[in-house]
Parts: sequence; C-alpha cells; structure tokens
Amino acid sequence: MAPGKVTITLEQVRHVARLARLELSHEEEERLRSDMDEMLAYVEKLGELDTQNVAPTSQVGESGTPMRDDVVTNPHAPGEMLANAPARERGYFKVPKIIE
Amino acid sequence: MASELNRLTIAGARDQLRRREISALELTRACLDRIAAVDRKLHAFLMVCERDAIAQAEAADRRLKAPDAPALCGIPLGIKDIYATRGVVTTCASKILENFVPPFDATVIAKLRGEGAVFVGKTNMDEFAMGSSTENSAFGPTMNPHDLGRVAGGSSGGSAAAVAADECLAALGTDTGGSIREPASFCGVVGIKPTYSRVSRYGVVAYASSLDQVGPFAKTVRDAAIMMRTLAGADPSDSTCSARAVPDYERALSGDVKGMRIGVPREYFIEGMEPAVENAVRAALKHYQSLGASLVDISLPHTGYAVAAYYLIATAEASANLARYDGIRYGLRVNAEDHIALYEMTRARGFGAEVKRRIMLGTFALSAGYYDAYYLKAMKVRTLIRQDFERAFETCDAIVTPVAPTTAFKLGEKMTDPLAMYLSDIFTISVNLAGLPGLALPCGYDGAGLPIGMQIIGPPFSEEAILRAGDAYERSNAVAKRTAEL
Amino acid sequence: MNLEKYEPVIGLEVHTHLLTRSKLFCGCSTSFGAAPNENTCPVCLGMPGVLPVFNRRAVELAIRTGLAAHSAIAARSIFDRKSYFYPDLAKNYQISQYETPVCKGGYVDLPGATDGAPRRIRLVRIHLEEDAGKNIHEAAYSLVDFNRCGVPLIEIVSEPDLRSAEEAGAYLRELRAILRYIEASDGRMEEGSFRCDVNVSVRPRGQTEFGVRTEIKNLNSFRFVEKAIEYEVDRQIEVLEAGGKISQETMLWDSVKEETRPMRSKEFANDYRYFPEPDLPPLIVPDELVAKIRASMPETPAERRKNYARDFGLNEYEVGVLLEDREVGDYFVDILGKGVNAKSAANWVMTEVLRVANETGKPLAEAVPPAAEAGALLRMVEEQKISLNAAKTAFAAMCKSRKSADATVAELGLAQVSDESAIASAIDKVLAAEPDKLAEYRGGRDKLYGFFVGQVMKAMGGKANPKIINEILKAKLAG
Ligand SMILES: [Mg+2]
Ligand SMILES: [Zn+2]
Repeated sequence: MAPGKVTITLEQVRHVARLARLELSHEEEERLRSDMDEMLAYVEKLGELDTQNVAPTSQVGESGTPMRDDVVTNPHAPGEMLANAPARERGYFKVPKIIE
Repeated sequence: MASELNRLTIAGARDQLRRREISALELTRACLDRIAAVDRKLHAFLMVCERDAIAQAEAADRRLKAPDAPALCGIPLGIKDIYATRGVVTTCASKILENFVPPFDATVIAKLRGEGAVFVGKTNMDEFAMGSSTENSAFGPTMNPHDLGRVAGGSSGGSAAAVAADECLAALGTDTGGSIREPASFCGVVGIKPTYSRVSRYGVVAYASSLDQVGPFAKTVRDAAIMMRTLAGADPSDSTCSARAVPDYERALSGDVKGMRIGVPREYFIEGMEPAVENAVRAALKHYQSLGASLVDISLPHTGYAVAAYYLIATAEASANLARYDGIRYGLRVNAEDHIALYEMTRARGFGAEVKRRIMLGTFALSAGYYDAYYLKAMKVRTLIRQDFERAFETCDAIVTPVAPTTAFKLGEKMTDPLAMYLSDIFTISVNLAGLPGLALPCGYDGAGLPIGMQIIGPPFSEEAILRAGDAYERSNAVAKRTAEL
Repeated sequence: MNLEKYEPVIGLEVHTHLLTRSKLFCGCSTSFGAAPNENTCPVCLGMPGVLPVFNRRAVELAIRTGLAAHSAIAARSIFDRKSYFYPDLAKNYQISQYETPVCKGGYVDLPGATDGAPRRIRLVRIHLEEDAGKNIHEAAYSLVDFNRCGVPLIEIVSEPDLRSAEEAGAYLRELRAILRYIEASDGRMEEGSFRCDVNVSVRPRGQTEFGVRTEIKNLNSFRFVEKAIEYEVDRQIEVLEAGGKISQETMLWDSVKEETRPMRSKEFANDYRYFPEPDLPPLIVPDELVAKIRASMPETPAERRKNYARDFGLNEYEVGVLLEDREVGDYFVDILGKGVNAKSAANWVMTEVLRVANETGKPLAEAVPPAAEAGALLRMVEEQKISLNAAKTAFAAMCKSRKSADATVAELGLAQVSDESAIASAIDKVLAAEPDKLAEYRGGRDKLYGFFVGQVMKAMGGKANPKIINEILKAKLAG
C-alpha cells in the first residue's frame, strides 16, 4: 500500500480521465479529486493486513473450464446487429475520422 | 375482489390459476391497475409493458388449460431494467442506454418466458447497479412504499418497492454488494442473493462480473424458493455458471430448524447501528432458539476490511465492463470531430456522477504503478474474507446478521457523502466477496414503522438450508407483516 | 551498411489466425470475405450483458502449436483483459493472456543448417487471444466492420535470437510451414491471418548487452519484414555512427517509400491495465488432453526434413522445395510408392508437378493427376517403355483428361518400339535409300552417324528405343 495518506493531484485525475475516456468539467475534476482522496484514504486500512503469503482471489466460481464445440451459430436477421447503431453506412458502423 | 388479486403470493396464485379459479389475465390486470394507481408516488417502474403483459397473460391462460402448467405460468413479475429483454428497451437506468433495444434475451428472462411468466414492466435501479438507494437512477429515484420520504434501497430499489407495494407478485433483482438484500430489508420483503455461479449472468448488464448475482424479490420465502427453482442452473452461454443439479427448493421448506447451529458474528453488532435493528435481530435469534436451533458465537475478523476491498475490486472490474459504452455500436452518441472526442463527450454526457466516480476509482486502481498496492491487495484481502467464512462454517450451519445497520434513510440524506452511502452495505458486501448465498427477510419494524431485515448467510450452494431457516421463521409468525398502505 | 562493426538483434511477434469455423468466444463464422458485419452477434459486438465461452477447437490448436514448437503446455493458464479504446475493439478491451500464456518457451530450428548444429530460435511464449475488427478510413469519416472481431489468434513471441533480415525471413517461413503442417493456420498474409511485429536493435559486435530497440508494427508480408529490418538496422547504425542515440519507439513500415517512420501513438501512453478476466474460468489443460493432442500430431517439417535427407539422399535444395508445402511432400512420397527412383521422382515433382500447380494456381489435388498415376508414368520411363519426353506429353494430357497413365500412353501411342527386327529392317531401308552417304561415312565422315539415327527415328515415327537403334546401327555401319 502506498505509504501514508495519499493525495491525488488534479494532474492524476486528468490522466485517469484520459485513460477512461471521460471528459470532465473543472468542477468534476475538483469533486473527483476530493472523492478519490477520501476513498483512497479509506482503503489505506487494507495496509494494516499482512498479505505477504496470501494468494489473491479473482474469482469465486467453481473449477472446470466449460467449452463450446467449434460450430457456427449466429442466427440473426440481417441488419439486426446494426439496428441500435447511432450511425451506419452500407452495413458498416459509421464513426468520425479515426485519428491514429 | 379482482383488484385484490395483486396481493396474492406466487404460491397462492399458482394454485388458484391451476384450479382455474382466477385467470392470468385478471391477475395481470390487477397488477397493472395497481401500478396505474400507485406508481406515480413510487416510481418503481421505468417502463410498464402493458400490451406485452396482456399478451403474455392470454398465452398463459391458454397454457393453464393443460393440467401441468409450470409454476410461474401466468405470474406477473417485475424485471429490473438491468436484464436484456429482446425487443424491449433496456436502459440500466442510464442515459447512455436510454434507447437501447437488445436483440436478445438474458438467459433467466428466456427461462421465465419458457415457463409462461408475465413481465409487467422494467423496474428502476441505481444507474448500472451502482448505489444503495436507487437515487442514482438517471430517471429519478424510487420512493419507499412504507415512507415516501425515504429511499427504497438499492440498487434494485424499484423491484423491492414494486413487490412491497403489490404492483407485481415477485421481481428480479441483482446483487453485487447487497443490491437485493438491502432494498428487500428497507421495503420489508424477501430477497435472496444466491451462491455466485448458481444463476446465469448472461444478458445481465455487468457491473462487477466476479460479484454480480441474479436473484428474486418475493413476498414470502416460499415464493423466493419457487422463483429460485426456475432461475438457477447451468447455462452454455455463461462459462462461470455452475453445472450442479438444481434442487426443488420449495420441497426443502420443512419448517424444521431443530438442531441447526446458527452463527452470530460479533463483528456484525457494532457501534452506530440503530438499536431497533439490533433488538429486532436479537429477538429473531431468540425465536430461532425457541424453534430448536442453537446459537454459536463466531468471529469474522476481516469484516471491517470488506468495504475497502469491495470498492477496489468492484470499481476495477466496472471500469472495464463499462468501457464498451462508447457511442459507436449502440446507445447514446455525442457527435464530434474525431473518434476520441466522440468517446469522451459521449461518456461524459451519458454517465451519471456515481458511475463516473467508480470508473475513475477503478481505472486508477488498475493503472500502472498502483495495481499492486490497490487492486492486487484487495484481491488478497478477498481471500482472507473468504477464509473467515470457511472457518466459521466449521462450527455453524448458517450465520444470522442484520442486513443493514439502519432502516431506510431519507431521500438525499447520503447523496453528498459517497463513503457513508458505501458503508450502508457493510453487512452484505462480505457475502459477495466470498461468493456465498444470503437471504434477507423481514424481522420487525422500527418506531417509525420502517421494516427491519435480517440476513441468513450459508456456505456455498446451501440455498435449501437458508431458505428452510427463513421459511421456518416466517411461518411461525414471529412478526406480523405490515403491508404498505399507499 | 556497417555490419562488420555492428550486430543486429531481432525478435519477432507473430500473430496468426487459427483455422476454426467459429470465433474464439462466440458462434459467429470466421469465413473471410463475408458482407460487412455479417459475422457478428451480441457477444462479438460487446453488447451489454454478454459473456465469452471458449471454442474447444481454438484451444486445441493453440496447444498443438505449442507441442510442434517444443513449448511447455501450462496445466492452468488464465485470461486477462487488455484495455484500450479503439473503434474496431468492440468491448474496448481485448481478452488475451498476460502473465500465464498457454504455452511457455520452446524453439524453432531453422532449416538448411550448413554446419551440423541447427540454428535454434528460442520462443518466449505462445498465447491465445481474440482479434479486433477492421476500420476502413474514408476521406471524411471511418467505417467499422466487426467480422474479424473475436476471431481466434495465437501470438508467438520469439527471443531476440535472430541476427539478420534473412534469418528473420527463414524463421517466418519455417514457422508458417509448421503452422500449415499441423493445420493450425493457413498462414495467408494477404488475408491478414498472419501478421508480424518486429523488435530491432543493434550493438557493437562483441558487446553482450542489447542496444535500445524499436518496434516495427503490423508487417503483413515476409518481404516487408525483411526490407523493414534491413532499413531499420541501417538507420540505427547511421544514428549511432553519427554519435546519436536510438529512442525506444514504435515505427510503421511505409511500403511505398520503403522506409520506417515513428507512429503517432494511438494511446498517449500505453497503460493497458491488464487484470484477470472475471468472465472466464482458468483454462485447465489436463495431461490426458495434451497426450491426446500429441498423439494426433502430424509430422512437422523438421522431422520430415530429417527423414527425407536420410531415406532418399536428397540435397538441401531438393528437400527445401519438396517440404515447402505438406501436400507436395506427400505427393512425392506417394510417387515413390510406385517403386520409382527418389531422384527422378524429386526432379519430376520439382519440374512438372510444381510447374502445372503454379500455372493453374489450383491446389495440388485439383491441378495434377493422382501421385500414383504420375508414379506409373515414371515407372514406364525407367522401364524404357516410354521416353522422358513422352512422359511429359502424357502428364500434360492427364492433367486435363484425368485418365490413367496406361490409357493415356496407349491413346497417344507413346509406347516405345524395342522390337529389334522391326528396327533392323528400318535401318536396312535407310541405308539402302542413302548409298552415297553410307559411302561417305565409311569413308570417314563420322559425323554422318547422327544423320542415320535421325532418319531411322523418322522412319519409325520417333517411337524407336534409341539404345537399340545404336546397337544395331553401329553393327550394320561397321558392315
Ligand atoms: Mg497480441
Ligand atoms: Zn459473434
């Protein structure tokens, strides 16, 4: 755990917002900075626990790996998959210019 | 008379339907009438599917002419708007999905359709199931039927309120950190969060995939058992869904808890919890003793760390699960010069404050340099919490706790304080982290007449045992159940 | 370029589609060339609430590849989410494998090792992941097709063991041959089912630590890979020679200008935020499954190469040509089944068979007659029933007619006459018809010999067995 009390900077908030593709107003940036500060200060308590020799748990389901056979099954009406598209053209999803 | 049919339980309606004393159409109309009469006050429903419901009811009546119609044939249900329903708008209470019409059914929806159930509408919820009060709905909160100035709980508040107000006989919710049990408790109804993997998640809009579970709200434990039999079971579309056979949960309701060892965790009776809540749960424990169960003092030492671990794990998973809402294939789009601006503006406009808050926290917890300190640490603490329960179940068969430290709080009371809101799930979150089944049922009322709920937690796949325990309590009339008069 | 002074150090990351009918996590078809978004469903479009389920065949093919490359197959591997926003990535994360690939380590031996020890290129890992869709860039906007989104890929990562562009090319050709032999991939670059990222650095010869590397992304032909490496090695050496420093960056290969240039980074910083995919249980691979797959493995090119050189005494070049494709090698072996000498069978395949195959562009089975018939034809040549030219004529005809060797030879009357009396009388006629030339020959004009042979062949419609003509003619001329 990061030592001591974390303080998130506005720069960090903006960096994370870029990663998450969220446009934030200045008010939102400020608000999120203090909210994240509060949450991260709260989760600091996890640092009290010695987890050196503890294995992480990422799932609590049952063991076993179900698999499907390699058969083609995509039965849907043509165009059905594009019906919700905000913009489409010739069967494609249409988007503004993609910048590399 | 007909207008009272909506007050029936599933078990009661099932028998009358089979005996053709009532029709599914009458029953459905009664529920639709009730919705028309009271939902303006409650806002339990985001959408009422009147035409579809009538058609489903008529189809059910045709089917009920045959002797062996399924248990849920003709039963009017409320569906949390988190379930993909083919051809019916599914918003997850978010602006970003305001007009999304799924071309497919969630697995449990398909199962219910198969049994001839009737869907009266899609119920309100916290946006993307992120909340404990349904105040985070992009379309306005749901009011508590027992006090319209108070929250119904969340995130499945609409379903809880709809059942409590007799707008439907039962409803579907989802539970990631308490989202079935807490609103069930606040609204005075029964709700069960099954063992993780017991019920398919396919078609259930994901919040935190390793924690989300599907479950029912009902007026009685028996009705919850009837619902569970249909909901549970393997699904070839969900690799995390258990292949175990599904028992007849209703048959397990023997009313007998003699010899049952009930664990009472000291960490669940804490400072700051309302005396009325503690008293009601303690009284329920005494009642269990009178029924022949024994109480065992147990400890779940890592309880105090559950909320912290939960908010790192759940938000991390959510940050990826919600990345798909980008305005390209479906949902809201805010047009822009280039694709990146389109993403950022669409998501800024489409997501509410709490969703943004959790996406930000989760993205941070996974980002370079912080993964080990936050996300990985939380996954390790999750292991410790699981082990707490494994150890506890060596000395007891089930654990009884309060569902929440308080009864329903006032609308707006916690909206400005996220952490306070998160802490209202303090007694339910560990159960999701450990993947255990948890049943919430009414065990009394506070001075203001607000319902109090108790939680019965069992080992993995012990749904029969905890339902039996809940039913035994309920049928011995420990508390006189008050219906919400609106 | 200054390769005496500097040594290139190259590692390759190859992405190749697996030969499955359906996608990795849903039942959509993987067929190439479908209408836009025809092969899509809620799962591969990342609609709300959908979940992935493993395609058993894809998992088996990944393991197959690992076994062919001598990798260790992980008994338990997990999948991770790799997060980045891009329009062709439906969920805005890719389901991939980060810390626990399904295959660890392994190696590929380069063919044609001159000194006995083969050039061994070690592998870091082979992992399974889903492909993204395709963005089509129009002038003012872009279009997205998700048909490819969710198609199973394996990523094969080599150690930086390669030391030249040629070696990288050889490695890629051998890798593709392996993938084709075990039917894991068709290795078709042009359909984007075989893509390559290259890591290049240079270091002064003798230096052990690596120099700063650059990555060249998305090369989709072997030629581009080799050209790009050559260009990048030159560029880096020039920079260093000029006293400059190599900056670690991602480059793109401009196949028109034939140069590499830095890519305008798509993510301002690549922070993929990998974490375990909660929607998929760990991939458990029991020993029995590995054993079952191992038992079903066809011969790899390396194994076959060893056998061919040993059993048939073929040279490196011949073996190379015969093993490029598995069907060609099989065809060669089937010809041998007819008891034909290996050298002539090899020559036949390399000339006649591959020529026809290349001309028609059809798969071998459709382009040429069954190997048994080709074998029968060559057998006739060895038994001197027909001439080599006659065999070629017959083969060309059989490619179209599909008739048997015997029938074709008979039909075209290609059988050789070896009947001595018939040949003798033909010779007598010729000598009788050319008294002057006979006199000149006997007078010492030896070069007229060829003239007489020609006349006899002519008289016998070219079908006479030349050996027998020689025997009798020499005797008669001697008088
Ligand atoms: Mg890759
Ligand atoms: Zn698909």
